[in-house]
Amino acid sequence: MDALNALVVFANFVLIPATAYGAQLALGALGVTLIYGILRFSNFAHGDTMAFGTAVAILATWALQAAGIGLGPLPTALLALPVGILGAMALVLLTDRGVYRFYRAQRVKPVIFVIVSMGVMFVYNGLTRFVIGVDDQRFADGERFVISVREFREATGLAEGLALRTTQLLTVVVAIIAVALLFWFLNRTRTGKSMRAFSDNEDLALLSGINPERVVLVTWLIVAALAATAGVLYGLDKGFKPFVYFQLLLPIFAAAIVGGLGNPLGAIAGGFVIAFAEVTITYPLKRVLGYLLPESLEPDGLVQLLTTDYKFAVSFGILLVVLLFRPTGLFKGKAV
Amino acid sequence: MTDPYSDRGNKDRSITREAPAHLGDPVPPGGTASPVEGTTPFLIGRAMTGGYGSGADILHDCTIAVEPGEIAVIVGPNGAGKSTAMKAVFGMLNLRQGEVLLDGEDITGLSPQARVLKGMGFVPQTANIFTSLTVEENLEMGAFVRRDDFSGTMEQVYSLFPILREKRLQPAGELSGGQRQQVAVGRALMTEPKVLMLDEPTAGVSPIVMDELFDRIIEVSRTGIPILMVEQNARQALEIADKGYVLVQGSNAYTGTGRELLADPEVRKSFLGG
Repeated sequence: MDALNALVVFANFVLIPATAYGAQLALGALGVTLIYGILRFSNFAHGDTMAFGTAVAILATWALQAAGIGLGPLPTALLALPVGILGAMALVLLTDRGVYRFYRAQRVKPVIFVIVSMGVMFVYNGLTRFVIGVDDQRFADGERFVISVREFREATGLAEGLALRTTQLLTVVVAIIAVALLFWFLNRTRTGKSMRAFSDNEDLALLSGINPERVVLVTWLIVAALAATAGVLYGLDKGFKPFVYFQLLLPIFAAAIVGGLGNPLGAIAGGFVIAFAEVTITYPLKRVLGYLLPESLEPDGLVQLLTTDYKFAVSFGILLVVLLFRPTGLFKGKAV
Repeated sequence: MTDPYSDRGNKDRSITREAPAHLGDPVPPGGTASPVEGTTPFLIGRAMTGGYGSGADILHDCTIAVEPGEIAVIVGPNGAGKSTAMKAVFGMLNLRQGEVLLDGEDITGLSPQARVLKGMGFVPQTANIFTSLTVEENLEMGAFVRRDDFSGTMEQVYSLFPILREKRLQPAGELSGGQRQQVAVGRALMTEPKVLMLDEPTAGVSPIVMDELFDRIIEVSRTGIPILMVEQNARQALEIADKGYVLVQGSNAYTGTGRELLADPEVRKSFLGG
């Protein structure tokens, strides 16, 4: 019984939140890794692309709510997600036309793109605040729980409860669908294969008649879709704050690099590694251990290795260790 | 920093990916081809003079030609401009003088990509395959410009290089040097080119593999595709050549059939080691 209770506590406070968070990071890291693989730079504006896409989706959600259109138990934001995706696509395509394409034509070194993307990041930052304001926004509606703590306790008779929020389940389901679609696209379609070929060997891709501008366009479209999806899922799960998306850039980069930059599979693995590490290390494990250990060994403290304020330190700790011992990432990335 | 777009601070691979070393100084897209009067060789780079960027000329009044069914080989000492001559024919070099004619058309103004559409197949010396794609995907990418059903061509490539059929689901980067070259040639054949250009196809492979590759190249040529090839292994290459060009310092030094050049005492003494 104690072991079961320990498992339930662990699932409730670590397993489920970390899985949802990991899925959000993985979607974000996929976008970063695609840009790195094909446009050859780390896109610092990615977090704010997510924020902008989410802001558009929130506005659409409010419009739908005002019109009385909903999805019943599911959040209305799911219906608004395509609008958010379109918003993010429009934004990145305009940016590419106006900014990045100029530098591509100059054939500038990739590091210049990195700095340019930082400039773009600040512009997006401001733009998002203009569109939706600087305050926190809650836009989740519908059924709050798939399983609530009370229902779980009544059903199982255990002392500990387990809650599964709708947004958490939704995050994982949507992430699985998005990733499956992405991999199908990259591995099975002509355009997807041409993107991989372009990432692999740009010159040979040109000689094979692959149009680089088209590859870049499709990449931005996919990245915008991934970013808006990740942003909306994160916002549903944890609430929308413009600044948090900027901060989210850090664990997203860590995930992409830990997994191996340029490698989509690595981005997903990296997302979950970072998420589980962050949540496990910042969660006080006292209650879990209390069930598992004999009374004499029961910990006095909280067994919280770091407070949640330091969660980014965890990402960066992992990042440093990986870069020191396995610089190409867990999965072989593109020669980091 | 005089050049604002220089290499400064560009080595951090955790934020940027290395840009590829560029193949040359390609003719920009947008040019047009024009028909020419009279009979001309099937493919000819005539009196080509030019170099990379605004640098010194590497080619001086150099002429390279190939006729249907022929294997033409460019040989010469290191730095003679062999690869440069071939790149010039393929449009990866801005010619200052001279012209390139293909099948009765002047294609001097066409970009390399446009030349591929005109029927030129080019296999670069290095980085000539997509290492992370499977063998089959490499061939598919070779046929990227084709919108028709290319399964027949793929079948031909597989029967020409049976090992590729066996390894078709393996990433091409995992193959041996000789097999990679077969992938590279196969990729170029997928457009059903009217002429195939090979830049040192046997660079870095063992003598046994080299003989096998030459056999395969002869087989390709028997299907009727003219082949223009740059080779480091001059003797073996001239043995299979219908036409040989010996370049010295970017100019034609000797031209003749492979047999003539092999028999020429001057050529033997200077380039073939006696």
